[in-house]
Amino acid sequence: MNWYRFASPQAFYPLAGRMIPWFWALAAIFGIAGLVVGFLVAPGDARQGEGYRIIFLHVPASWMSMFIYLVMAFWAGLGLIFNFRLSHMMARALAPTGAMFAFLSLWTGSLWGKPMWGTWWAWDARLTSELILLFLYVGFIALQAAIDDPRRADRAGAILALVGVVNIPIIYFSVKWWNTLHQGSSVNLAKSSMAATMLCGMLLCALACWMYAIAVSLARARRIMIEREKDTLWVREEVMKEAKGGM
Amino acid sequence: MYWNSLSDFFAMGDHGLYVWGSFAVMAALMILEPVLLARGRKKLLERLRRQYRAEAIERESPRRAGTPEARP
Repeated sequence: MNWYRFASPQAFYPLAGRMIPWFWALAAIFGIAGLVVGFLVAPGDARQGEGYRIIFLHVPASWMSMFIYLVMAFWAGLGLIFNFRLSHMMARALAPTGAMFAFLSLWTGSLWGKPMWGTWWAWDARLTSELILLFLYVGFIALQAAIDDPRRADRAGAILALVGVVNIPIIYFSVKWWNTLHQGSSVNLAKSSMAATMLCGMLLCALACWMYAIAVSLARARRIMIEREKDTLWVREEVMKEAKGGM
Repeated sequence: MYWNSLSDFFAMGDHGLYVWGSFAVMAALMILEPVLLARGRKKLLERLRRQYRAEAIERESPRRAGTPEARP
C-alpha cells in the first residue's frame, strides 16, 4: 500500500468521508459509557462531594486542548518543510476545535474553581498558560483569516503555531514548576491517585472527546479541501457525484 | 447506581449549578460545532454546484451567457 497517495487531497477526501461515521459512532459509544460511569456509577469524592464530577468534563477538554495543539503544530511544521497541501489543510481544520476545547477547559475549570477554591479565576500559572493557549488558537485562526493569499496565510499560521508549542510543556508542568492554586495531576503514566471507577469514567470521556475531535476535524478538512481546490476536476466530480445522493 | 433519587442526582450535593453549568455548555458546543459544520458544507456544495452549472452553460453558448465585457 502506498501511503504517500493519501497525502493528496484528492485521495484523502473520499477516505476521510468513509472514516468520519465510524469516529462519530465511537465518540457516541465512549461518550455515553463515560457519562454513565462518571455521573451514575462513580461514588462521590471524600473531600469535594459531588462537585468533583466536573472532572469528567474538565480533564478531557483540557487534555484535548493541549493535544490538538500539538497535532496542529505537527501538521503545520510538516506543511512548512515539505509544502504538502494536505498538511496545512489539516492544521487549519484542527484550530477551531482546539479553541473550543481550550474555552471549555477554562469554562469548566472556572465552574469547578468557584465552589472548591472560592474564586472563578486566579492568575495562577496553569490557568494563565491555558488562557494563552486559547489566545494562540484564536491568533492562529485570525492570522490565517487576515491574509488573502492562502499559501502565505498557511506559512504565517504555521510559524505562529510552531512558536506557540513552547506553551504546551509550560501548561503541563506548571503545577510542578510553580506553587499554584491548581492541584497537581491526578493521573500520569506511572500511577494514578484516583479510584478505579473515577479513572475509568474519565478515560472513557477523554476517548469520546478524542474521537469527536477526529470526526469534526476530518469533516472540516474535507470542507477546506473542496473550497480550496474548487477549480480542479476532482472536486467538480466529487461535488456533482454527491449531488446525485449520498454524503 | 450511586444515586438514591432523581432530585439527589440533579442537586449534585449542592453543586448542581456548577456541575450542570459545565455539562450544559460543553454539550451545547459539542452539538453546535458539527451542526454548523454540516450546514456550512451543504451551503458550500450548493454554491459550487450552481457555479459549475453556470460555467457549463457559459462553455456551451459563450455569446448568450458571456460576461458584460465579452458582449459585442
